[in-house]
Amino acid sequence: MTLSGKGLRIAATTAILAAASVVTYVAAQSAEPKEKVIKITAKRFDYTPGNLTLKKGEPVILEFTTLDVLMGFNLPDFNLRADIVPDKVTRVRLVPDKTGTFTFLCDIFCGARHEEMNGRITVVD
Amino acid sequence: MANEINRREFLKLTGLGSVGVVFASALPGMASAAAQDDFYFVQLSDSHWGFEGPPNPDAKVTLKKAVASVNSLEYQPDFVVFTGDLTHTTDNPVERRKRMSEFKEIVSELKVKTVRFMPGEHDASLDNGKAFKEFFGATNYTFDHKGVHFIALDNVSDPRALIGDEQLAWLAADLKRQKTEAPIVVLTHRPLFDLAPQWDWATRDGAKAIELLMPYKNVTVFYGHIHQEHHQMTGHIAHHAAKGLMFPLPAPGSQPNRTPLPWNPAEPYKGLGFRGVDAELKEAEYKITEYPVVKKA
Repeated sequence: MTLSGKGLRIAATTAILAAASVVTYVAAQSAEPKEKVIKITAKRFDYTPGNLTLKKGEPVILEFTTLDVLMGFNLPDFNLRADIVPDKVTRVRLVPDKTGTFTFLCDIFCGARHEEMNGRITVVD
Repeated sequence: MANEINRREFLKLTGLGSVGVVFASALPGMASAAAQDDFYFVQLSDSHWGFEGPPNPDAKVTLKKAVASVNSLEYQPDFVVFTGDLTHTTDNPVERRKRMSEFKEIVSELKVKTVRFMPGEHDASLDNGKAFKEFFGATNYTFDHKGVHFIALDNVSDPRALIGDEQLAWLAADLKRQKTEAPIVVLTHRPLFDLAPQWDWATRDGAKAIELLMPYKNVTVFYGHIHQEHHQMTGHIAHHAAKGLMFPLPAPGSQPNRTPLPWNPAEPYKGLGFRGVDAELKEAEYKITEYPVVKKA
C-alpha cells in the first residue's frame, strides 16, 4: 500500500469512529437526562443564541437546527464540529473542561456574510 | 543571461522600496535539477471584484490599478496566476456571472497573456464551481514550466473546505509521476494547514494533501484567502500566503473576528498588493517580491 493509500484508510477509519461516537451519544442521552440541553438556531448569518456561558465540568448538549441552508458548527478549541442539516436536529455533547472564551463558527460557506457567522462560548469556574 | 542579471537587479531594487518586502527561501536540492531555467511569475489573489463597502472606497478601480501595476513592471513575468476569490460572492447566479465577466475583461488588459485562474470560496462554494468553470475552465489542473511542476488544487468548490477524496486520488496519481527531487509548486486558495481554524483559515482535509506531498523534497505552496503576506513551514514544505487586492485582514487569530482592516485615507491601498516569484533554480531558491497596488509618490 502506498503512503497515500494508508493516509486515506486512516482518515476513513477516523470518520467511522466519529459517526459511532454520535450514535453512542444519542443512545446514551435518555440514560443521562440531567445534562442541560441548549437549543441553538442557525440561519444565514448568525446563531441564536450566539453567546453562551457554561460552567466548567458540567457537560451540555448543544442542539442545533438551521432555518435555511446547510451550516456548520466548529469549535476548534474543543475539537468539535458537526454539520447542521436542514430539517434535522444536530446534537453535540460538549464537555467544558477548561475556562476561557472560545469562538465557534460556521465552516460551511453559506453566502455573502459567511465570515461573520460565529459565536462565543465562555466557560467559567 | 544579461537579461536575467538585470531582472534580478530590478527585483532586488523594487523589493527594497518603501513598501515592498523581499522574501527568499532556500530550497535544498533545486540546484541539482539539470534541465531547468530561471523564470519569474506573478501571483495575484483575492481581488473580490464586486465588493462594495468602507474597507475599500476605491473598490471599483483597485483591480484595474493592480493590472496597470503588473503591466508597468519593467520585466514582464512568464505568466500570471490568480489564486482565488476573483469575485466577491453573491447569491444571485446572474450577478455572479456578471462579476466574472467583468473580472475577465479587466484582467484581459494584462500584457502577459498566459494567465491562470483558480477559484476561491467566494467564486465557487455556492454553486460547486459551476460558474467558475464556465468562465475560467477547470478548478484543478497541472502544468509544467521550465522544469517546475505546478499543481493547482481546488479546496473551495466543496463549501465544506474539502479537497475531497477524488481530487486527492488525482493528486496522488500525479505525484507518482514526479521524481522525489522534482521542484513542485502547489497553488491553492485556502491554507492547507491549520493556520487559524477559529477563523476558518484551514482546509479540512489539507493534512491529507500535505501527507501526499511530504515524500517530495522540493515543494512550495502559494495560496491566498487570508489577505496578507504570511510564511510558514510544515516540515520541509514552505507555505506562502499572498496579500489581497481588495481589503487586508488582521493577523491570524489576533482579534475575535476576522473583520477587514479599515481603509486609511492617509495610506490608501496599505496592505494590498501582489507578488513576484523569481524561481532562481540554479541558485536553489525562490525570491518573492511583494508589490503595492499603487506606488507611493
